[in-house]
Amino acid sequence: MPTDTPILSLAGITKRFGGTTANKAVDFDLAPGEIVGLLGENGAGKTTLMNVVFGLYRPDEGIIRIDGQPVGIATTADAIALGIGMVHQHSHAVARHTVLENLMTGLPGRKGLLDRRSALRRLTEIGDAYGLRLDPDRPVGELAVGERQRLDIIRALFRKARVLILDEPTSVLTPQESEGLFSALRALRNDKVGIVFISHKLNEVRAITDRIVVMRRGEVVADVPNDGKLTNVGLASLMCGHEPERVVRQPRQRGEARLSLRGLRLTDTRHGGAAKAPIDLDIHAGEIVGIAGVSGNGQVRLAETVAGVEAAAAGEIGLDGNIVRDPSPRRMQAHGLAYIPEDRIGAGLVGSMPVRENMVLSRYVEAPFSRRGWLDWQAILDFARRQIAAYDVRPTDPHLPVGLLSGGNQQKAIIARELAFSPRVLVIAQPTRGLDVSAIAFVHRALMNLRDEGCAIMLISDDLDEIFQLSDRIAVMYEGEIVRDTPVEEATVPTVGLAMTEGRMAGRNAA
Amino acid sequence: MSIVDLVLDTGFFAAAVRLAIPLLFGTLSELTAERSGVLNLGIEGMMLSGALAGFGTASATGSLWLGVLAAIAIGMTIGAVMAVLVVNLRLDQTVTGLGVSLAATGLVFYSYRLGFGESSTPPSITPFSTIPLPFLSDIPVIGQVFFNQYALTYVAYLLVPALAFFLYRTPAGLSLRTVGENPQAAAAAGIDPIRARILALVVAGGLAGLAGAYLNLAAFGSFTFGIVSGRGWICLALVVLGRWNPIACAAAAVLFGAVDAFQLRLQASGAVDLPYQLFLALPYAATLVAMILNAKRAVGPAALMQPYDAEHR
Repeated sequence: MPTDTPILSLAGITKRFGGTTANKAVDFDLAPGEIVGLLGENGAGKTTLMNVVFGLYRPDEGIIRIDGQPVGIATTADAIALGIGMVHQHSHAVARHTVLENLMTGLPGRKGLLDRRSALRRLTEIGDAYGLRLDPDRPVGELAVGERQRLDIIRALFRKARVLILDEPTSVLTPQESEGLFSALRALRNDKVGIVFISHKLNEVRAITDRIVVMRRGEVVADVPNDGKLTNVGLASLMCGHEPERVVRQPRQRGEARLSLRGLRLTDTRHGGAAKAPIDLDIHAGEIVGIAGVSGNGQVRLAETVAGVEAAAAGEIGLDGNIVRDPSPRRMQAHGLAYIPEDRIGAGLVGSMPVRENMVLSRYVEAPFSRRGWLDWQAILDFARRQIAAYDVRPTDPHLPVGLLSGGNQQKAIIARELAFSPRVLVIAQPTRGLDVSAIAFVHRALMNLRDEGCAIMLISDDLDEIFQLSDRIAVMYEGEIVRDTPVEEATVPTVGLAMTEGRMAGRNAA
Repeated sequence: MSIVDLVLDTGFFAAAVRLAIPLLFGTLSELTAERSGVLNLGIEGMMLSGALAGFGTASATGSLWLGVLAAIAIGMTIGAVMAVLVVNLRLDQTVTGLGVSLAATGLVFYSYRLGFGESSTPPSITPFSTIPLPFLSDIPVIGQVFFNQYALTYVAYLLVPALAFFLYRTPAGLSLRTVGENPQAAAAAGIDPIRARILALVVAGGLAGLAGAYLNLAAFGSFTFGIVSGRGWICLALVVLGRWNPIACAAAAVLFGAVDAFQLRLQASGAVDLPYQLFLALPYAATLVAMILNAKRAVGPAALMQPYDAEHR
């Protein structure tokens, strides 16, 4: 284990935003060749702390030292010059520029010109050393999420980073991609790069890190070596200050088929054509069917098609045994289908409107919210207040613009709206993306209760842990078709992961 | 004289180039601002201010080149004002740009009255004369069209490849494009998006001022309130038509200039008996048609009109 002078050392860092203190006198050390896991719930101050290190925020108090020397980091340029690289949760790459252009951005060039040749040479070197390879001339917009992240890591190495900060790097990766990332990180560790690994995923943090620092409400509450004795429950308790609730699925007899897809072909606007093979899928009462897949393989389109937002290229959607003619969102809803899209603020809510309006967004044309074409504001307000209380949406003011709520409370608000009228079928996409441990438990509990009440649920998620935890059956989507569909008892993370990346080629035990 | 004859002589092409140059300066100005992520609706006011500053300075000092410098300086100043409002203070770019244009227009009218009073005949100066370039102007047809022009025209010729080279071959150009596409990405790469946008607006202002100066110091030789008459707005359309690429934008400006020259000749020839307003509308109609045909391929910088705020993202 490394014992050298810390490559990065923070002493008493405090950062305030208006009235709230995001970081409170934080001390943090990172040795060369060390991987430190930085854990904490949303809002615990992990990302703020690292943004201070990377020069995106200026600390109100505290000292940053590099190799023992106090340094001032006022801008990202300062941070980069000091050998600090940061890979953000959402890739900071320019979609329309090529890989090489993105890598050359911010570099000085040679004699006032862009230095393509030496950039290409450097890209090859990094590929050889760490197995991080990319086609230099591809536009970044064409890259998969995992490749974009690889680009961000390469970019940090391009600038000779000795401190590499990774903010939730695996939240968007398949298990196989994560493994590739980890082997690159281990190679970097051998080259004495210090790595800060911010994550929610406790299994991964325990697998890859040497030491784990836990933050809660802006303060460091634990700093422990990862000696193999740490448990997920122990870490989660440190993160949220109490033992987290983990929703457990109880086996249950499923009922009749509620949602039936027959020969359904999805339209694919990106390529202008339809998916190759049709989808046949039944989801029964009291059953959660998890749809796994690498993002961009048609899961979003499947959800939109079933919800009536997008038309199918061919095939039929049946609800309670009746085929729905000309599905539209309103018609599907009238048949008892509720839809919670993945893009909360884009498709699920109107951010600038108050919670009150958002609570009736899908139903304001009906009684009791409208009477003879007039909105009944009292009925809407009563309903909003009731749902806010029932689903613990905070803050509780129904007049607050919903965009000001945290992600977790936005999701609670959507769930409160969509579950209010006991749907017979629920289609929900990425229900816990970006939420913290407590909010995740709340959402999982709500979904499990709904299932136990007999609702048929289609759960689309990039988070395999979530799929395995909640689903009665797991279906895998690959290039717009379902390539694997088994009860959860017959599924393992490797087999599902393989089907996600290789489709039908990965051994056929489809239903 | 048939319609075909109208466009089949060097005079027509030379006129097309002459009419295209102010648009070319303006289009490159707008392109520079938009590539940094700022829609500069102040361009119309900047051009008009440049026209008056250029004319006023030239008639007071007798030096046309001092006039050109004054026009550039006033444009850069308004560009800096625009930058403070939309980059530093992050005001809405549409409303601010229109406000800047209206305010500049009002100031121009006021300054003109102060400086020149209310004479019935507009004051005039002797504008730049054309300079035939040695050898190049001797090339048949092309020589007379392109290389027997004003000095400012030659500056415009050089600006097009220079701007293209800057944008696509230099680190600073890549930084500017990155700021216009994704200022957060630029900041993460160590570029200061605020500084880049301020500089882009100041340069854009200078170019817009130059476009205005060209109108009276080279093309007309006198100042009237209607001298710009919407050319700034046309540049906004030409940038879209040229898909934010300097070379294609230059082609768009020349196309517009050619249609403009054509309608002028059509009017003068009397070959077609229609109200003259219809002829005047022709270049605008042609731009609209070209934009409709081009609509699907025209995608602007991704961060266009998005203010950048370092600490709140």
